[in-house]
Amino acid sequence: MATTTYSKESAGGSLTARALREGFFAGLVAFGLFFLFVGLETTQNIRNELVLNQRWGLLAIFVAVAAAGRFLGVLYVQPWLAARKTAKAAVADKDVPETFLARNFSKLAILALVLMPPVAVALFGVQGSLKWVDNFGIQILIYVMLAWGLNIVVGLAGLLDLGYVAFYAVGAYSYALLSQHFGFSFWILLPLAGILAAFWGMILGFPVLRLKGDYLAIVTLAFGEIIRLVLINWTEVTKGTFGISGIPKASVFGIWSFDVGAANNFAKVFELPMSSAYYKIFLFYVILALALLTAYVTIRLRRMPIGRAWEALREDEIACRSLGINTVTTKLTAFATGAMFGGFAGSFFAVRQGFVSPESFVFLESAIILAIVVLGGMGSLVGIAVAATVMVGGTELLREMTFLKAIFGPDFTPELYRMLIFGLAMVVVMVWKPRGFVGSREPTAFLHERKAVSGSFTKEGHG
Amino acid sequence: MSALETNTMTNEPILKVEHLSMRFGGLMAINDLSFEARRGDITALIGPNGAGKTTVFNCVTGFYKPTMGMVTMTQRSGKKFLLERMPDFEITRDAKVARTFQNIRMFSGLTVLENLLVAQHNMLMRASGFTILGLLGFAGYRRATEQSIEIAKYWLEKADLLSRADDPAGDLPYGAQRRLEIARAMCTGPEFLCLDEPAAGLNPRESLALNELLRSIRQDTGTSILLIEHDMSVVMEISDHVIVLEYGQKISDGTPEEVKNDPRVIAAYLGVEDEEVEEVIEEIEEIQETEGGQGGKH
Repeated sequence: MATTTYSKESAGGSLTARALREGFFAGLVAFGLFFLFVGLETTQNIRNELVLNQRWGLLAIFVAVAAAGRFLGVLYVQPWLAARKTAKAAVADKDVPETFLARNFSKLAILALVLMPPVAVALFGVQGSLKWVDNFGIQILIYVMLAWGLNIVVGLAGLLDLGYVAFYAVGAYSYALLSQHFGFSFWILLPLAGILAAFWGMILGFPVLRLKGDYLAIVTLAFGEIIRLVLINWTEVTKGTFGISGIPKASVFGIWSFDVGAANNFAKVFELPMSSAYYKIFLFYVILALALLTAYVTIRLRRMPIGRAWEALREDEIACRSLGINTVTTKLTAFATGAMFGGFAGSFFAVRQGFVSPESFVFLESAIILAIVVLGGMGSLVGIAVAATVMVGGTELLREMTFLKAIFGPDFTPELYRMLIFGLAMVVVMVWKPRGFVGSREPTAFLHERKAVSGSFTKEGHG
Repeated sequence: MSALETNTMTNEPILKVEHLSMRFGGLMAINDLSFEARRGDITALIGPNGAGKTTVFNCVTGFYKPTMGMVTMTQRSGKKFLLERMPDFEITRDAKVARTFQNIRMFSGLTVLENLLVAQHNMLMRASGFTILGLLGFAGYRRATEQSIEIAKYWLEKADLLSRADDPAGDLPYGAQRRLEIARAMCTGPEFLCLDEPAAGLNPRESLALNELLRSIRQDTGTSILLIEHDMSVVMEISDHVIVLEYGQKISDGTPEEVKNDPRVIAAYLGVEDEEVEEVIEEIEEIQETEGGQGGKH
C-alpha cells in the first residue's frame, strides 16, 4: 500500500491519524476485493433457476475485519515489532544460552507423541480418544512421514518433484491388491510396497535425468497424473473410480488381530469393551514408528557419502561431476529412497482407511506435501514436522471451530475455507521466514565446532 | 612420492593430446592441436581471450566430447586411458584427472570440510559398502571416515584454511575459495590436475601463496599440473613448459624463456608492430578480393 511509505511528517504527524487513514484504505481494498467474492452469491433454487443472493452483512464483517486489523496493526503491532527488533538487536550481541526446551526439542516431541494415546484415553475416554488419535495424530503423522520422504528428493538432492503422490498411490494399491488377491499380511506387504514404490521411483528417474528445474517439475507432475489415470482406467485390476474396499486390517505381528470375529481379537484377549479405538491407537504407534524410521534413515544417510553427494548435487551438479561423482546413480538413489518412504506411507494409508480410490491421490496432495517441505525449511526434519503439524493439524482444527458459526451465521462451514487459510498461511510464513521455519542447515561433519549453515548460503537446486 | 623420484620420471608424457579438434557449429574452436604434458611438470596453457584454452580443458576432462582427436592419459602404473571416450565423472574417478573451474564452483551451502569430504566420495562409497554396510554401522566405514577427515585436514592446512573448516564455503573470501577449490580437487587423489585460471581475481600476495601451493602440490604428491593462466607472473614463475594457443592452434611450445622470446607469441599478445600494419592490411585486402571473386563466380 502506497500510504505505508509515507514518513510520519508527511502523513500529518500523529500515528493515530495515519492508522485511521490506512485502516480506511484497507477497508476500501477489502471492499473491492470481496464485493463479488462474498457480497454476491449465486445459488440454484428448487426450480433450477439461478438466484442471486446478496450478503451485505457478511461483506461488512469482512471489510470491518480488514479495516480494524490494519488500524490496530499500524497503531499497536508495528511500533511493538519495531521496539522488539531494537531490543533483540541489543540482546544479540550477548551469547544467549539455549533453553532446555530448545536443546531437547525433538526428544521431548517424540516423548509427547509416545504418551499421546494413553493421555487422550485418560482424558476423553476410549471412544473420545478416537478423534485425537485418529483425526489429529495419525493424519498429521502420515503427512510428516510423506514430507520427510519428499524431503530427501527435494530438500537434500534439490530435485523438484511435483508427482510424489504417485509413489504414495503405488504403495497404497500394492497393499490393497496384493493383500486381497494373495492374502499376504501387512507386515510382509509393507516392505514390498516400499520396494515397489522405489522401483517406480527409478522408472520415473530414468527419463527425467537429463531434465532440470521447471522441465523436471513438469515431467514429474505428468508422471503423477499418469499413475492416477492408470488407476482410474485400468478397471479390471483397480476397479477404477469405485476403488478397492474391504482391505484387510493389520494385526499386531499376527499375535493379536483387530477383526471383530477373530478368536485372538485384541479386545477379547484383554477382556476390554469392544471399540475401534484400540486399532487406531495401534495404527498410531505403527505410523509413529514408520515416521521415526524415515527420520532416522535420513539422518544416517546425510552422514553417508551418498547423502553428502545428494546435497552437493543440490549445490552444484557440474562440480559434482568434476569430483568423480556419478550423478545419474546419485539422482536415481534419491528418487528411489524418497519413493520408498512414500510407498511405506501409502501401504499404511490403505490399511488405515480400508479403502483406496484414485481420488485420494490427486495433484493437490503432492502440492500439500511439497508445501509442507518448503514451509518447514528444505532439508530440516524438525521444521518439516512443525510445518506438517501446523498445516494439517490447523485444517483439522477448523472443523472444531463451531464458535465461528456464532459470528458468521449458521450456514458458515469453516472447513470450506481451509484452502484459503492454507494459502494465506503460506504467504505469511514466506514473508516472515523466506527459508521456511528452520532455514539453517546442520553440517554433517565438523573439525572444531558444529556451526549451523545459514540459509542464505544453501541453494534450492536446479533440477 | 619424493621429489627425487618425480625427477627421474620427468620427460615421460602423462597426457598426450593428438590432433584434437572441436567444432561448435561453424566455429572451429580447436583446430588440429597436439601437445604433451610431461609427468611431474607444471605445464601452462596460455593465449589471448577466445583462443580455445578452456575448450581444451573441457575436452581433456570430458565435459566436451571432441569432434576429432585423441587424448591419452598414462598413469604411474603404466595404465593408459583414452579420455575422449570416457564420461566426465569416470575421468576423475578412474583416470585420476581432477579439475577446477574458471568461475569457482563451490558447494556454497556445505561447510569447507564437507566440500573436501564430498571430493572423497568414491573412496568413502566403497568403504561404506555402497551405503548399506555404513548404514548398518560397520566399523570399516567409521575408520574410512576418520581417514578422510585426516586427508581433508592435510589439504586444509596446505591451503591455509584450517581455521575456517566449519564455515560455509560460500562465506569464504574469493582468494580462499580459489584455494579451497584446488584443495577439493586434490582430495580426489589425482595424478594430473587441471587448473582453469587459478590466479584470476587474486591480489599479488594471494598469487604468491598460490604459487607456493602449486609448487608444494607437485613436490609432495608428484601430481602433474596443467594450468590456464593470464597472470604472467604466475606462468613465468612456476611453469616448466608453456604452450601458446591462438585461434584454436598451437603457435608456440617450449620453456617459459623460449616462449617469451618467440616473435609469433609477441605478435599474438601485443598485436603486430607499426611497420607491419600496412602488410597486414594488404594481406586482408588480398583475401577479400579472392573471396569476392569466388563469390562472383558462384
